[in-house]
Amino acid sequence: MSQNKINRRDAIKGLAAVPVLGAFLLGTDAKSDHDEEIKQEILRELNIEPAVPNPTGSMKGDVLRVGVIGYGGRGEHLIRAIGFASPKWLADMKENAAKDPKDTRLRDYLEQENLNVQLVAVCDTFDVRGELGVAAGSKDGVKPKQYRDYRKMLEDPNIDAVVIATPDHAHAPQVIAAVQAGKHVYVEKCMTHKVKETFDLYDAVKKSGLVFQLGHQHRQTASFLTARELVRKKVMGHINLVQTNTNRNDDNGAWQWEIHEKGNPQTIDWDLFLGNAPKIPFNAEHYFRWRKWWAYGTGLSGDLLTHDYDRINCLLEMGIPASCNASGGIYTHRDGRDVPDVFQVVMEYPDFTSGATQEAGKEKGLTFLYSSTLGNQYDRGTLVMGHDATLELGEQLIIHADPQSTRYKDMIEKGTVSLEVPMYAYDPRAKGVDAVTGATAKYFANKGLMYTYRDGKRVDSTFLHLREWLSAIRNGHKVSCGVEEGFQEAISAHMASASFRLGKRVEWDAVNRKLKNVSDTELAGIGML
Amino acid sequence: MNETNRISSYTTAQTWLLVILRMLIGWHLLYEGVVKLWNPGWSAGGYLMDSQGPFANLFYKMAANPSVLQVIDFMNIWGLILVGLGLMFGIFTRLACVGGILLLGLYFLSHPALIGVKYAMPTEGSYLFVNKNLIEMAALCVLLVFPTGKMAGLDGLIAQWRAK
Repeated sequence: MSQNKINRRDAIKGLAAVPVLGAFLLGTDAKSDHDEEIKQEILRELNIEPAVPNPTGSMKGDVLRVGVIGYGGRGEHLIRAIGFASPKWLADMKENAAKDPKDTRLRDYLEQENLNVQLVAVCDTFDVRGELGVAAGSKDGVKPKQYRDYRKMLEDPNIDAVVIATPDHAHAPQVIAAVQAGKHVYVEKCMTHKVKETFDLYDAVKKSGLVFQLGHQHRQTASFLTARELVRKKVMGHINLVQTNTNRNDDNGAWQWEIHEKGNPQTIDWDLFLGNAPKIPFNAEHYFRWRKWWAYGTGLSGDLLTHDYDRINCLLEMGIPASCNASGGIYTHRDGRDVPDVFQVVMEYPDFTSGATQEAGKEKGLTFLYSSTLGNQYDRGTLVMGHDATLELGEQLIIHADPQSTRYKDMIEKGTVSLEVPMYAYDPRAKGVDAVTGATAKYFANKGLMYTYRDGKRVDSTFLHLREWLSAIRNGHKVSCGVEEGFQEAISAHMASASFRLGKRVEWDAVNRKLKNVSDTELAGIGML
Repeated sequence: MNETNRISSYTTAQTWLLVILRMLIGWHLLYEGVVKLWNPGWSAGGYLMDSQGPFANLFYKMAANPSVLQVIDFMNIWGLILVGLGLMFGIFTRLACVGGILLLGLYFLSHPALIGVKYAMPTEGSYLFVNKNLIEMAALCVLLVFPTGKMAGLDGLIAQWRAK
């Protein structure tokens, strides 16, 4: 046998891996077939398409001239979202990005689309904030005019649209005055502070024909848009209970905001701040921490219930509840506030239906439950619970089949649908839709994020919401949170507040569009007429 | 002592156990690569952002840049597949061992099992300093210094073909 000749034995040794590779290929093929078959069967049954974002148009054309009323924390964020970050924010973010490579806020901001707007006016009853707003808006040779009184600002014919981020009690008077002055409006939630002004605002906006957007930016969140598709396709079956909640346990979350050292009767126009609120002498805490008092704010109802209410209303379009019960108390922050810090709301929708998979007669009725505390921050997650499945609603969507489901009975019996892991998960961060996920997807669910995703890219949802409003002004399309949605949001929140404050169940007359069992005298007694 | 002579000093059991170890690791890495290749939504982004330990910032930077991440995804997938095939077939075995050690080393450095470090990504076992990435890496080091590609693998055939 020659040394240099490759003999049969050597060839076999050299190719020892061939049978191993054969086994590998057979194994991977079998596994892939198995996984793909299950995945396709579930996807076929659910038939879900990831949502297409709300249509918006181009920002080309004449520059839109925007004014802002209220340049506090939220006002600053809104104005930044349309391209006017404050010099301080830019400096802070630069420093943060240098310290933490995970912090991409500055980069995200700089990469944001130019919305072709000018900030031409800033109105704030506190001069220091007004000046900060002017500094943020001074760009490309344009310096915004500064006002204390919004009525003066609205007289300016060179303003096309206003962004309102003031305390709740100022919203309705300002929105009504703005639309009467011919300005398009973007206003923060809660849309209104009282019941009657909610109707007045609704009528004024309707009459004006101007573009009105309420600041529920989660309407832009990719996962919520896809969740609407899940409801439409009856993936959860008859939805009979929705559980939402707020959990916070820090001073900022409990509205213990900073009292500005320069805030005094000289720098603050106290009478303008009070507006329609009961007249009291200057009080810096009331001014800077207004959410702690019913006189200016709407408590947990208007601040945080509205977030959850509106995102569920965006999915289910259940509207104003037939009745509402609320209870709670001040159990942690006994600091002179009069709004509760633990607050539970139960809204009833006896006629709501999301379709049925069972025999007739089992498809009507829904309870919307909101449970909140400002003394614990354990995240309980949002659950949309139906006969066939439960949806965990967060930045991701996770669906768990119900063991007693009618729709998925056969798939559960066959083993296609497992009860151990979610049957479906949608992650807008991923490039595609995935079904049959393991523990990882489950674990990552419901990590609260301020951002949403477009084509897998992270975007500030507040930016998208404002962009939609500006595009609607330019291109005449609809907005996702207009005055109809705002009316439902405000009345539902006011029903919860009134129920808590009057200590009784509050009912809504859907036919005559009015509160059924609460008199004007009762509402006036709690400053909510 | 060249590789052929060294191999001839192994007992049969030593040789075959080393070959089996090589093929098992090859199988594992190849499958990891193939699974990622087949899943169009897969990206290393989530794993990198979950990094902890002294090198975490470096991995965050990799994940933060979309074009860098794209390159990493590509190199990870094809790195795993090529290393897996190399180990399984015993072709360019030493290079495959080095490639595997590098990949596993990066996984180990991004997710070290340190005291007090917690990962969002669930793990299936309990580890302190030593985890399966480190053990697999150590096994590849063993295969690097006890090569078997020429004994049972295409490296042997290539060597004979070259010698002709």
